[in-house]
Amino acid sequence: MVEYETIIGLEVHVHLKTESKLFCGCSTEFGAAPNTHACPVCTGMPGILPVVNKKAVEYTIKSALALNCKVASRSIFARKNYFYPDLPKNYQISQYDEPLAQNGYLEIGTDSGRRRVGITRIHLEEDAGKLLHCIGSREIDGSLVDFNRCGVPLLEIVSSPDITSPEEAYTYLTTLKNIIRYLEVSDCDMEKGSLRCDANVSVRLVGKKELGVKAEVKNMNSFRAIQKALEYEVKRQIKALESEERIIQETRLWDEKKERTYPMRSKEEAHDYRYFPEPDLVPLIVEKEWIENIRKTISELPDERRERFIREYKLSEYNAGVLTAEKALANYFEKVVKLYNNPKVVTNWVMVELLGRLNAVNKEVEESPISPGQLAELLKLMEKGTISGKIAKTVFEEMFNSGKNPQVIVEEKKLVQITDEKEIGKIVEEVLKENPDAVEEYGKGKQKAIGHLVGQVMRKTQGKANPQLVNKILKEKLLKK
Amino acid sequence: MELYELSAHELSEKMEKKEISSEEIVRSIYNRINQVEKKLHSFVTLTEKEALLQARNIDEKMRKGEFPGRVAGIPVAIKDNMCIKNVRTTCSSHILGNFISPYEATVVKRLRDEGAVFIGKTNMDEFAMGSSTENSYFGVTRNPWDMDYIPGGSSGGSATAVASDETILAIGSDTGGSIRQPAACCGVVGLKPTYGRVSRYGLVAFASSLDQIGPFGKDVEDAALLMNVLSGYDENDSTSVNLDVPDFTKSLIENVKGIKIGVPKEYFVKGLDGEVERAVKQAIELLKNLGAKIFEISLPHTEYGVAVYYLIAPSEASANLARYDGVRYGYRSPETEDLLEEYEKTRGEGFGAEVKRRIMLGTYALSSGYYDAYYLKAQKVRTLIKKDFDEAFEKVDAIVTPTAPTPAFKIGEKVDDPLQMYLSDIFTISANLAGIPGISQPCGFSKKGLPIGLQLLAKPFDEEVLLRIAYTYEKNTEWHKRKPKL
Ligand SMILES: [Zn+2]
Repeated sequence: MVEYETIIGLEVHVHLKTESKLFCGCSTEFGAAPNTHACPVCTGMPGILPVVNKKAVEYTIKSALALNCKVASRSIFARKNYFYPDLPKNYQISQYDEPLAQNGYLEIGTDSGRRRVGITRIHLEEDAGKLLHCIGSREIDGSLVDFNRCGVPLLEIVSSPDITSPEEAYTYLTTLKNIIRYLEVSDCDMEKGSLRCDANVSVRLVGKKELGVKAEVKNMNSFRAIQKALEYEVKRQIKALESEERIIQETRLWDEKKERTYPMRSKEEAHDYRYFPEPDLVPLIVEKEWIENIRKTISELPDERRERFIREYKLSEYNAGVLTAEKALANYFEKVVKLYNNPKVVTNWVMVELLGRLNAVNKEVEESPISPGQLAELLKLMEKGTISGKIAKTVFEEMFNSGKNPQVIVEEKKLVQITDEKEIGKIVEEVLKENPDAVEEYGKGKQKAIGHLVGQVMRKTQGKANPQLVNKILKEKLLKK
Repeated sequence: MELYELSAHELSEKMEKKEISSEEIVRSIYNRINQVEKKLHSFVTLTEKEALLQARNIDEKMRKGEFPGRVAGIPVAIKDNMCIKNVRTTCSSHILGNFISPYEATVVKRLRDEGAVFIGKTNMDEFAMGSSTENSYFGVTRNPWDMDYIPGGSSGGSATAVASDETILAIGSDTGGSIRQPAACCGVVGLKPTYGRVSRYGLVAFASSLDQIGPFGKDVEDAALLMNVLSGYDENDSTSVNLDVPDFTKSLIENVKGIKIGVPKEYFVKGLDGEVERAVKQAIELLKNLGAKIFEISLPHTEYGVAVYYLIAPSEASANLARYDGVRYGYRSPETEDLLEEYEKTRGEGFGAEVKRRIMLGTYALSSGYYDAYYLKAQKVRTLIKKDFDEAFEKVDAIVTPTAPTPAFKIGEKVDDPLQMYLSDIFTISANLAGIPGISQPCGFSKKGLPIGLQLLAKPFDEEVLLRIAYTYEKNTEWHKRKPKL
């Protein structure tokens, strides 16, 4: 059996969350009415000049440091020339042979342990606008262009061809996204277009030295789609090799519905971008001191935090991984634990109840109707015995729907656990009276009958009776019979 | 004596003494324009209504005793590649023929803040590409000294307007000599500041690393006055330099004793017109007699200047002019089938021949496979040219040369010979490549009665020494007082 190996390199673009665009003062807000965030600079009027947004440079450096890159003390912007109506100057200000950062790596977890994927380069560039071919659902004659997105800062992160499977590509992207989100420099939301990814993929016989002919795959709109597109592409290329077909270097587009890739028309590629240094901008000089100041603003990253959660809260590798993937979730967890110091219980409630409910209504942790303080409050009520675990789930549901404090819900709905032995005794007496058959069966040695009786007591108290006490009292009374 | 014949500093004085109003000056200027503009064609757009409003506004301020600004009430003509808000900016091109700027260039804003009155937008070679103002979609501008001759270019309209008293002051842009060469051709003073001294924001880019805005005046004092207004750091232009701006009128000192002036031997060679050579050498002699120390120097890479320029400038231009595609503003070819055809027809019909030639040159020089041999090599030689000047300025304070190898040539004489045309800028191009300041002032006339220009160059940000030498020379000559007969 002939074996092949897969070689994947990923090119990721993320929108930086700066207030204003890369070279002008326009807002970067997503979803505004077309062309309301546009000015002479970002619409390429004659005579305009770009001015670099310092915050965007800062965010790029921050990302570069988190990805273990070397930040260049001097880098330059370059013009990438091509004509398209969404590109007002008909060149994009990007970086070419002197990018802001190079030579880093990203550590990812794989089946065979943790592994480093190289980061070749990170650079800063401006995004293009968007062409509209319809207004709402109405088709229009010709095309319109919306410049709101034009000039929004983009970070381009290029990996080395170190990724060995589509699954690993998925892991790389997830890990990268988590880090970038931790840094709070981008939302990395593929749906909103704040993260885009193109993939280069080739296959070769195991043991072969030279790389196979690669295809560039574009047009994927989720991490899963990227994985699927790569899986398809690997299969296609192996099949081609086995049937001794020639693989040509080309750009292929992913068709989400048909789950296949198809070649882009060759006329659309074959660009000579004629890069040359942007004469309107002076070289970007980054002082060491600035880099060090930015480094100080990088707080704990997902990997470190996961390790700390395992160490400090004695969580399993899996649970720690889930809880630390998103900074907001990890923060939530830690806030609850700070108020209610039982990590195991908190883990359970956050991962099962909270995440379950949030997923069901498609909300982020940041939007949770239950605050960490409220959740801690609920867990304390449970611990004190004010409510049972079962009731706690009811209260949780009510909290999620109304946002009310657990104490209030417990009082309003009279959900306080009954722990008064006399009161429980009274109810037990009633139940015994009402269920002579069960009492008789128990007397004949049928231990199971007690379950029915417990159930009856709980029903009468709407589940509020302390189950341990009910059991104890029932047994005592039955013995006396 | 008509008001339009006076200089800005003379008019300012009269205004301060309340002898005249800005409105009177502006009316005088428009009278003059009505007399001569048909013959000369200095302007693409005239803004008489707005100018009169501005003038009355200044007069009102003066009546109230407010300080109306350093060039208050003085007419200024703006080359048509700088944006005045809500006025059309054409760059003398069909492709921008209907472009009304939604914003204002920094220099225009500075002038406005200092009370300048905008007379109109002056004609130029399309996108500042040319040395004769013949490459204008709106027609040629004529030399006021002889209507059969070119006024120089690309800022030919601004130079002509100043020389013919159609304006008091003007601003132009200089990428390879576009202020100094027309100033020489028209017998006025033109100054190209150090690259980075004046903001380029709002100047329609030709070659970003070479373009610089500068003043035209009837004398050196007016050029200094305008320099005070134009200069200074602008946060909208990353290439503008954050340096304190001196008061340039303080450099108007009639004394060159001990100032070291270099005469580069490479500038006095074959191709230099005999009359020009004689006039320039006489000027050097005069400076020497006035106490300047004259040294022969060498700028060994001078001969590569034109070649380097015609790689770098078109390369930058090929990208700078890519935005004129008919999508957002300007001319769009009607009835095209698809996007590619729209691009091709719009640009094919919208640009003139010289602009197209340079876009093609630049596109070629940047193409993969040619980049290293052309663009990159040119950048390396540019560094050597700059080094020549650095070394020269270790020995001398300023360099003196002819501004152009010949006086103005005839209209039509070189239109079919781009290479000959390109050589008109042979003495001015190096200053742009090196980023240093240069000034041109009249230093004589040819037998045909055409002006001859003297060029002075200095190290970066030393416009002061240029103004001082030029002022001294001017005070000891009469050339600047001559006026063309119109
Ligand atoms: Zn903008």
